[in-house]
Order: sequence, then C-alpha cells, then structure tokens
Amino acid sequence: MSDQITYDGVEAGAQIAAVSYPVTRLGLVKYCGASGDFNVIHWNERIARAVGLPDVIAHGMFTMAQAGRFVTDWAGPAAMVTEFGVRFSSMVVVPDDDAGASIEVSGQVEEKLDGNRVAIALTARSAGTKVLTRARAVVRLP
Amino acid sequence: MINREYIGRVFPASEPYEVCRVKIAEFANAIGDSNPVYRDVAAARAAGHADVIAPPTFAIVISMAGSGAALADPGLGLNYAMVVHGEERFEYARPIMAGDVVTAQVTLTEIRDVGRNVMLTTSTEIRTVAGERVCTAVSTIVERSA
Repeated sequence: MSDQITYDGVEAGAQIAAVSYPVTRLGLVKYCGASGDFNVIHWNERIARAVGLPDVIAHGMFTMAQAGRFVTDWAGPAAMVTEFGVRFSSMVVVPDDDAGASIEVSGQVEEKLDGNRVAIALTARSAGTKVLTRARAVVRLP
Repeated sequence: MINREYIGRVFPASEPYEVCRVKIAEFANAIGDSNPVYRDVAAARAAGHADVIAPPTFAIVISMAGSGAALADPGLGLNYAMVVHGEERFEYARPIMAGDVVTAQVTLTEIRDVGRNVMLTTSTEIRTVAGERVCTAVSTIVERSA
C-alpha cells in the first residue's frame, strides 16, 4: 500500500502506474463463494462453451474489484470512494492452467472536484484487450 | 422472451442482511486485496472507521441479494446462463461496514433491445434497517441471444 496522499498533493493529469493482478480458476471459485454469484459460466467450462463462450470467463465484478483495489491502494486508508462505475467491454477468459490470466489496471487523475474529491479514469486490459471502458472512480481525499 | 411489463417494477426490499467481519474478510481474500482496513479492527479505527469496512465492490453482494431474486422471478423470463454483466455503477454515502444491517430494494428501470441481445438495468438502494442510505447500485446485465 502507498502512503496517504492528499487532495493538495494531487495534480490533474497525473498518471498512476499500472499494476497487474492475477486471475485463476481457483480465484474465480473463491469469488463465486464470497460473492454468491455461482453463474456456471464462471466455473464450468463445459457449459461456458455450450453457451458460446470461448472458455470460462471471470465475473465482471471480479475485474471491477481489481480496479477498485487499484484505486484504494493509490488513494490510501484515509480516502473514501464516493462513486465507482465501469462498463464491461470484453470478457476476461481464464484458461484451466496454472498461469490463468491477468488484468492490468492503470489510471490517471482526470480532474479535481469540489469537496476534496478527485476523479480517476481507469483502464483495464487482459490479453491485450480493454476489458473495462468508461471506468471511473471518485475518491474523497484528506 | 423477456416480459416488458416488468419495466418500472419495484420489488420488495430484501430480508435484512447482517454485514459481518468474517464475510468482509472472505470477500477481501477472494479479490486478493490484503488491505488491513478490511480485516483488522485497529487498522480500520486508525483510518477513522467504527469497525472494519468492506471493499467498495462488496456492495454487489448485498445488491445481488435483492436483484438476484428480482431477476429470478419466473414471470420475467430471463435465461441466466446467457447473462453477462454490462455495466455497474455505485454511489456511496459511506463505506459499508461490519455491524451494518441493511436491505436492498430493486427497481427494474429499463429493458431494451441492443441488436439481438436484451439489456436490463436495475437500480438498487442499499439502506440500513434504520433507514440510512448507504449505497445506490445501478447494474446493467445483457442476455445474449441463443
């Protein structure tokens, strides 16, 4: 985790360095249990293929959670996320092997808002494809 | 076929959900987030919270308790195996934290065709049983055509 950043210490346009997060079949099974979303396409390759998917795919919310983690790690413990939204533009395909897939998240300080709030524009890619678009978080900083 | 008569329907609020430390820690582990404010009360208090807080996307666990029941309504006619998530947006009044007892109330705000697929949008209000607004979750799911 980063040190605590402050509203006054943040510049609009600043880049936030990319972080790569792993996603494996085991991770998806854990996420099924923790979230309560047991949609078969997230754990059953046979049914995923039968309904026209290339393989098991990650929950969109798992990908969004990685983007959320990217924001909260950057913003520090005294910050609060007030808004967070994404569009799921492409699937994160997770093969049944030891490596799995990865989700690379990067960001930029889009603008400084009133009330000590800062808008962050996020980018997430997996296997070279953008998996989130219109991804944006607003955080209130100390 | 999706039943368009469900547009605008407000579903009954979900049963009260008790947010607990163990569930928050399980969720944080599942997303691979080692942040101590999700599992260590002292760290959460040092960050200004009364108890451990939940990661921002934990709100989906509660909103799905409501929207899952709504989308499973047999009268709606949704085929869940063909569903993928289109968009998700949260607005937070404050973090969800251990000890909260909350309900989720779902409104099905929109059903529309996009090409051969159908998009459904729900807006879910997460409130404490005392009536405090905690989070609004707006979800769009896509039922792919067979």
